[in-house]
Amino acid sequence: MIGAALYFAFACVSLSILLNVYRLLSGPGRGDRVLALDTMVINSIALIILFGIGNETTLYFEIALLLAMVGFVSTVAYCKFILRGDIVE
Amino acid sequence: MNLVVEILVTLLLVLGGGFALVGSWGLTRLPSLMTRLHGPTKATTLGVGSCLIASAVYLPWATGSFTAHEFLITLFLFITAPVSAHMIAKAHIHRQGWRLDPNPADNVVEGLPPTGGSTGWATFWCPPGRRWMGSSLVEGDCVEPPGGSGASGEGVERE
Repeated sequence: MIGAALYFAFACVSLSILLNVYRLLSGPGRGDRVLALDTMVINSIALIILFGIGNETTLYFEIALLLAMVGFVSTVAYCKFILRGDIVE
Repeated sequence: MNLVVEILVTLLLVLGGGFALVGSWGLTRLPSLMTRLHGPTKATTLGVGSCLIASAVYLPWATGSFTAHEFLITLFLFITAPVSAHMIAKAHIHRQGWRLDPNPADNVVEGLPPTGGSTGWATFWCPPGRRWMGSSLVEGDCVEPPGGSGASGEGVERE
């Protein structure tokens, strides 16, 4: 039962990443592309967590935590750059 | 006990996958950036949170050892998602100028609504008698965007 749910979640998250790639490539504005990248990072975290559940190991949580931090910092840096033309003023 | 854990983990996994998909579908389908922000910031965050809770229920039951990593990631994601959404919205408002275009398909463009306070919209407003020079305020006349700064009161006092 858990295996089937795991496959369903894998399929959903993979489809989500494909939809984000579509928005990343076609997004009319820069804000859309930043938003698509941010969502892709969050979906990648979900994918890593699901992989950890599938392998029954807690090894991947550090990767997910690091990815969450790097994703947040990069989103804020992109937005600062769009807003001010500079990151560290 | 085994059946209860299995049903709980299955429900959380299906819920998480469904919410992640709904959030990204909204990101693809909705018409403008301000509406597109709703999907990823709420639905996708909830989906990842459900996956993390499923992991927090399943892994101690399967491996016999408890870790708090899942709750750490959940907490971090739930704190940072509104902050990054706010930064994206602010950058978008600053770039689009004094126009508000909720749906580009219907050709209706309106100005930003009044803020209701004594100050205007943060990225556009400058205090009377001052203007922006780069990132600092200097003496000079304020160059307001067409349509005003959005402050409701006239003759704003400056301390």
